[in-house]
Amino acid sequence: MTLQDLRIAVLTQAPRPNIWDVVALILVIGAMVLIVYGGEQTTLPLSALDTAPVTLDPVHLPFYALRTTMRMLLAMACSIVFTFVYAAIAAKSRRAEMVLIPLLDILQSVPILGFLTFTVVFFLNLFPGKVLGAELACVFAIFTSQAWNMTFSMYQSMRNVPKDLDEATQSFHLSGWQRFWRLDVPFAMPGLIWNAMMSMSGGWFFVVASEAITVGNTTVTLPGVGSYVALAIEKRDLPAIGYAILTMLLVIIAYDQLLFRPIVAWADKFRFEQTASGDAPTSWMLDLFRRTRALRALTLPFAGLNRAFSNLDVEWPKSFRFPVKSGPPSRLVDALWFLLIGIGTGYAAYRAYTYLSASLEPSDVYSAIGDGLVTLLRVTVLIALATLIWVPVGVWIGLRPKLAEQVQPLAQFLAAFPANLAFPVFVLLIVHYRLNANVWLSPLMILGTQWYILFNVIAGATAFPSDLREAASSLHLTGWRWWTKAILPGIFPYYITGAITASGGSWNASIVAEVASWGDTHLSAKGLGAYIAKATEAGDFPRVVLGITIMCVLVTLFNRLVWRPLYAFGERRLRLG
Amino acid sequence: MLDTSKQQSTLIDIRGVSRVFPKGSGEDLRVLDNVDLTIRSGEIVGLLGRSGSGKSTLLRIIAGLIAPSSGNASCRGQTIVGPPHGVAMVFQSFALFPWLTVLQNVELGLEALGIDAAERRKRALAAIDLIGLDGFESAYPKELSGGMRQRVGFARALVVHPDLLLMDEPFSALDVLTAETLRTDLVDLWSEGRLPIKSVLMVTHNIEEAVLMCDRILVFSSNPGRVAAEFKVDLPHPRNRLDPAFRQLVDNLYARMTQRPTTPPPTFENIPGPTVGMVLDHVSSNVLSGLIEALAAEPYYGRADLPVLAGQLQLEADEILHLGESLQLLRFALFHDGDLVLTEAGKRFANLETDARKKLFAEHLLAYVPVMGLIKRVLDERPSHTAPAARFRNELEDYMSEEYADETLKTIVSWGRYAELFAYDEQSETFSLENPGSDEGSG
Repeated sequence: MTLQDLRIAVLTQAPRPNIWDVVALILVIGAMVLIVYGGEQTTLPLSALDTAPVTLDPVHLPFYALRTTMRMLLAMACSIVFTFVYAAIAAKSRRAEMVLIPLLDILQSVPILGFLTFTVVFFLNLFPGKVLGAELACVFAIFTSQAWNMTFSMYQSMRNVPKDLDEATQSFHLSGWQRFWRLDVPFAMPGLIWNAMMSMSGGWFFVVASEAITVGNTTVTLPGVGSYVALAIEKRDLPAIGYAILTMLLVIIAYDQLLFRPIVAWADKFRFEQTASGDAPTSWMLDLFRRTRALRALTLPFAGLNRAFSNLDVEWPKSFRFPVKSGPPSRLVDALWFLLIGIGTGYAAYRAYTYLSASLEPSDVYSAIGDGLVTLLRVTVLIALATLIWVPVGVWIGLRPKLAEQVQPLAQFLAAFPANLAFPVFVLLIVHYRLNANVWLSPLMILGTQWYILFNVIAGATAFPSDLREAASSLHLTGWRWWTKAILPGIFPYYITGAITASGGSWNASIVAEVASWGDTHLSAKGLGAYIAKATEAGDFPRVVLGITIMCVLVTLFNRLVWRPLYAFGERRLRLG
Repeated sequence: MLDTSKQQSTLIDIRGVSRVFPKGSGEDLRVLDNVDLTIRSGEIVGLLGRSGSGKSTLLRIIAGLIAPSSGNASCRGQTIVGPPHGVAMVFQSFALFPWLTVLQNVELGLEALGIDAAERRKRALAAIDLIGLDGFESAYPKELSGGMRQRVGFARALVVHPDLLLMDEPFSALDVLTAETLRTDLVDLWSEGRLPIKSVLMVTHNIEEAVLMCDRILVFSSNPGRVAAEFKVDLPHPRNRLDPAFRQLVDNLYARMTQRPTTPPPTFENIPGPTVGMVLDHVSSNVLSGLIEALAAEPYYGRADLPVLAGQLQLEADEILHLGESLQLLRFALFHDGDLVLTEAGKRFANLETDARKKLFAEHLLAYVPVMGLIKRVLDERPSHTAPAARFRNELEDYMSEEYADETLKTIVSWGRYAELFAYDEQSETFSLENPGSDEGSG
């Protein structure tokens, strides 16, 4: 485009509205109305929940879906703010990083539903008698399922900002604040968006579990799809479950099309590559807004505002600035810092010990560890089974590009779909055929997470270089040899990525999956998930803490001793290209 | 074109600047040692040297991106702390923001200075116009070719109207033709006085580029970086590469860059002390063999003029010197008066078959590269005939930084494998005497 073209485009674009403006305007106003309407409901007193209880009438489902979606979006907004602050501090202050990053690692492995126990009590006390408290508790639960991986992604991007761009920002005198918005955030954007989408998918799982909360003798049922499902389970209403699934399907499709696809298409420009790539992602929604005239003119002030915001004269605290590196950091301050961390940790350990030892015996610890090992066994077996099934299927699909193109979005969608909606079906089957709950409840844990293995393997097989395939066939590699020498090493790094996600998700799901009910039929399997779920229901805080601690330790150990070495091996030896 | 008052004013003054990088163990790594440099208005100064000679470090000290360990660096009389105003930089890798358009990239530096929007736009468009980017204002960097991207890099630096333009090997990421076009465009603008700058300081390892553009060339020696010599270039612009005076200067610079600090007759006595702790740059044995063959064959018959050889092999001065030094270390060739001369062993090597070459290579490795002898000895002595790489890495790190130790280890492994001195298992990071090649009979 020459400069003249550019000017013509700018001029003709300004005031005259076109048909796309009308469409876009309706969409924008509709969204605003919905937000205000949904928001008004949260300021009601808590007793309003009892006067207008959740009903199974499908007429209310759109409203419930709206409330649920708003909670998720609010949690997402919180996650983004948290991510910016936490990742920025961790990436720019070496001493803070020593504490924040291991902390994040642990937070990632804490079972999310475990948080609920404490936060419900906390938030209800914060706003006594208001729905707002319960709403915040629910939003917080969703937040804890969304934030950690986004923060990690942002932190890693900020640590890996290309050195030349870093030097350019310094050389051109950008302030720390300007640099953050002009370099750090854009550079982190693609990874952040991808992780936000994963988080949004994961959030559904917990929304269903966290809208109808029972902690001890406090029971809160917030209007939403989650509590609708909970009620349907209690009332044994199979058609209602069907309606809920349908609603969720529509909602997921809607925000994918209206929110994420436009963002992904827009954010394509932030991908850090110096050459243009083949296919850029597209979005009809983004195209629609790009075609509007008047609305685009209206967004100009926002662009100006955005520019003004990123150019604000904000001073970072001293330790955040990028100092000209002269000498090694002060050993003395380091020593003091370590001392401080040591004291803090020691005190926390002491408090935890006194709290737990007041009501728990060593035998409690042993039984919890025993339950943990059972769940560990379950996770391991399930991952192995899912691998046996989905790796061959994924390879078969991945090597057929046409098919892969169609299956890939489906697999991602299945991963987003909250598997707990399918639980009632399993319970019915188990009860009907009198199956052993210890065995047959297990598949629920991996129901939602197995798809990560599938779509990563598909991605790996699609990326497998065709010259290697041709070489393999010209060398007459077939059968077992073809699998072990050619394709399996080729997809290994992708498979590991999927398996790590699946395994983490399964641990989290165990709290909902090891205990399932249908009306007054309650099934329970032995395991750490059931242990935590039961303790939560009984309001037995020491046991909840113990269960969560054990799960944290097991997940972290499993990650460090099994997954990380495998991942490192794959990256080092088997990464193609 | 430039008045005399400009000629005299001093922009940058570097006095006794050294820079050491702290290392985990052993001595600190000294990259720059006691460097003096003055940049006045109205000149293009070139820093020429091998990689690792500290010239980029010096540029970054002037840019205020790193601080000197000792000595004083000042810009217009003021000590440099952080990037000084009036100094802008052009990067080897362009360092453009891929999410900003050409216009936005160019405006970035002005925004940081808090210049208002109208003025910003006016100056940015003027810079874009000057550097020949008209019509590309709304393009993103990834849509541009390398040459166009570097033009954006120039426009972005020029738009802030700096007194001093710093250039860090600005043409080395470009192909030959593009680089030449950009160089001549820049020199033309400079000699017509159309650039809004007073002086240029450029880092390069390309000798001809330095002679083509600079008024003054400082040759750096390596380990640690020092100013080894200063050359004045009085040729008028535009300069002709085929001009005998130009060629003479290039030859002189080649000779100067292969020269050792003490200028002895060419014997191996003066080649720097081969100790266990010497850094080995990784050069593939294939490349070394190829170079020996090229040297032995016509038209060189064992002795080649470096600029000619570099031209024929399409190598930068830096690269050919790098290769020559590896050959010199292994006593297959040596530098003499800007020539690379094959030794007897080198000539013999050229005529041997693969297996015999490997044997000769192994002999030279053991004789002239002490660390190779050390590894071989350790492996022979140990009953298991294996040794972890960490054992030697630690020893290397007593003398050099981690990166150099890695590079050296990589070279050891690659040369040792070619010479079949020992085997190396990357997985377990161990050296051993087993040679998996030998039992399959392929060795």
